[in-house]
Amino acid sequence: MSTDELYQAMAQSVIEGEPEQAARLAQQGLAAGLEPLTMIEEGFGAGVEVVGDLFAQGEYFLPDLVIGAKAMQEALAVLGSELRRRQETRRTYGKVVIGTVQGDIHEIGKNLVVTLLSVNGFEVFDLGVDVLDETFIAEVKETDADILGMSALLTTTMPAQGRVIQALEEAGIRNEVKVIVGGAPVTQSWADEIGADGYSEDAVGAVALAKRLLGVG
Amino acid sequence: MAVSARAMSPIERPKLHLEVLSEDDVRRIHQASLEVTETVGVRFPSDWALDILEEAGAMVDRKSQIARLPGQIVEEALAKAPPSYVLCARDPTLDLPLDGEHSYLSTDGCGVEVIDLETGERRRSTRQDVAESALVADYLPQIAFYWPVVAAQDCPPETRSLHELEAAWNNTTKHVQTECVVTAREAQAAIEMAAAIVGGREELRKRPVLSIMQCTISPLGQDGGSLEAALVAAHAGLPVGFMTMASCCSTGPATLAGNLVVGNAEVIAVSALIELAYPGAPIFYAAAQTAMDLRTGAYTGGGPEDYLFGAATNQLADFYRIPLSMGAFATGAKEPDWQAALDNTFAGLMPVLSGADMLTGAGLLYGSRILSYEQLLMDCEIYDVIQATAQGIEVSEETLALEVIKSVGVGGHYLTQKHTLKHMKDRWVPNLADRRPYSAWEKNGRRGAKEWAHEKARWILSNHRPEPLEPKLQEELSKLIAALERRTMR
Repeated sequence: MSTDELYQAMAQSVIEGEPEQAARLAQQGLAAGLEPLTMIEEGFGAGVEVVGDLFAQGEYFLPDLVIGAKAMQEALAVLGSELRRRQETRRTYGKVVIGTVQGDIHEIGKNLVVTLLSVNGFEVFDLGVDVLDETFIAEVKETDADILGMSALLTTTMPAQGRVIQALEEAGIRNEVKVIVGGAPVTQSWADEIGADGYSEDAVGAVALAKRLLGVG
Repeated sequence: MAVSARAMSPIERPKLHLEVLSEDDVRRIHQASLEVTETVGVRFPSDWALDILEEAGAMVDRKSQIARLPGQIVEEALAKAPPSYVLCARDPTLDLPLDGEHSYLSTDGCGVEVIDLETGERRRSTRQDVAESALVADYLPQIAFYWPVVAAQDCPPETRSLHELEAAWNNTTKHVQTECVVTAREAQAAIEMAAAIVGGREELRKRPVLSIMQCTISPLGQDGGSLEAALVAAHAGLPVGFMTMASCCSTGPATLAGNLVVGNAEVIAVSALIELAYPGAPIFYAAAQTAMDLRTGAYTGGGPEDYLFGAATNQLADFYRIPLSMGAFATGAKEPDWQAALDNTFAGLMPVLSGADMLTGAGLLYGSRILSYEQLLMDCEIYDVIQATAQGIEVSEETLALEVIKSVGVGGHYLTQKHTLKHMKDRWVPNLADRRPYSAWEKNGRRGAKEWAHEKARWILSNHRPEPLEPKLQEELSKLIAALERRTMR
């Protein structure tokens, strides 16, 4: 395969949602001496863009988006190792710390956001579920995060989102991080009330929101 | 069909029946569910629950908290569940026998916003909204039992569910069922509140004026606090039920039968837990399965999948011989419009035709998130239509009306026949559907159902006075909540 054909195949593996194929092609590319960053941006990344366009046109649905993202993640895993070995880094828009709040173990929406952010140019630190307020704060400090995302699916766990924002203020770092919230019972007016920087009703919107808040993309 | 505000109009012995699944289909779904509970298992994040399951013979992995239950254990446990029992009310004339012959409508829950009746603005829900919606539900004959429709978000999370119960019991004498008691501590307090209302813990066992519903976490999971709250409630004799909301493509397979299997496995596994802990405990199957919105992954409510699940699930509950609480109505529409009517008609009709015992429920827009009094009243009218339709057509000597037909003969009319006057009250009269002449509609500012529903809701709130709790009882409920708040709040 020529280099161009290889890049096309990489994009296709994302468009068709073939994670194993994507990993194989990444290995193939490395063996052929291609640059990891170029493969990410012009090979697989091109596929991510096409998937995004098809989704916006209503031809692709959420599962297509997620499977395409999985393929991209497989490629990133292979290429990421090589980047680390070379001590190069992937350019990202920023760092996102995200988790489901204390007392809440719902995660599917949050996981979708993690997946889509990670293939749309963000470095994501997923804290999982039932995350203590203090853990969010510590991770934001530790990673120097640009965005903190919190998910809650119960009206009784939603208040944690407000508490963490308050804790950020008390720690003197509220202005250093953008806070976004989500979850089925969360609304824009709740987000406004607790002083969050943004709210999204769904995962795709969360990616757009993250880009908007950081003035990128 | 005029009914007094204090009477109730449950659907009784519908004559129309719909079967979506064959007997063989049901059996296959059951077998598939057992294969899932036995080989894949269900997560029970509670040592108490895992202990019970392990002792009964389940394979329990303490690290993942997943229990795999052999089919025989599940079947034997479920066989202990009582096939019928009564949901009791402050007013015993409003008791609800779950006897397989009735369908009862409740309000929906648990929303987070309200379309304010005064301002028309959408705002966050408060305890006052629980009180007011309970009062309106108390008045409406179509509503047989009350779910706290919205969350009392101005109350502390630790005791919110109790504030909701207090607001409910102060404003309705109907049975109350809550989905918001999700910790053992709250369950204990709720039991004491309910016991105060009927006159003691033993009396509560005989007359459960409160029942508990919990949600599972699909796929194949449970919530730890919910499990323990349900066990505490079942121990006290309160009916408990677990609701699956498995959603095709996201938390369940994309195919409908597979989605039923996932949800069914969740429900029968946790129902078995309750029966293993307290054999003979009154339980119910609960479900509101759906298909995710393909674009956003969201739970939206409405759509043919919802309607089909609405009919199919009762066949599963019947197979297990326990009552069913079926998610009904619960449109995804954002206002009381065409979509709301489409969704709620189908989603109300299908479970009624399959004999669901409880229909939850009326009054929320946007996937059970926004309380709309207009929608609540419109849902009640949809319910009336479903009720009338489900009665089918009675063919008898009286209804064949041969004598009258011969008497009127060719031409003429039936308007003045005694037979007509006798039976015309069985014909349906709309409250909100508009049958006026076009000109009347135009001349009256093109107002219609939505405006009338709005006015009626305001009238009910201004004029209906539910039977209050005795002052001593009101005080006792407040004290019970305050005691828990002292113990638990930061």
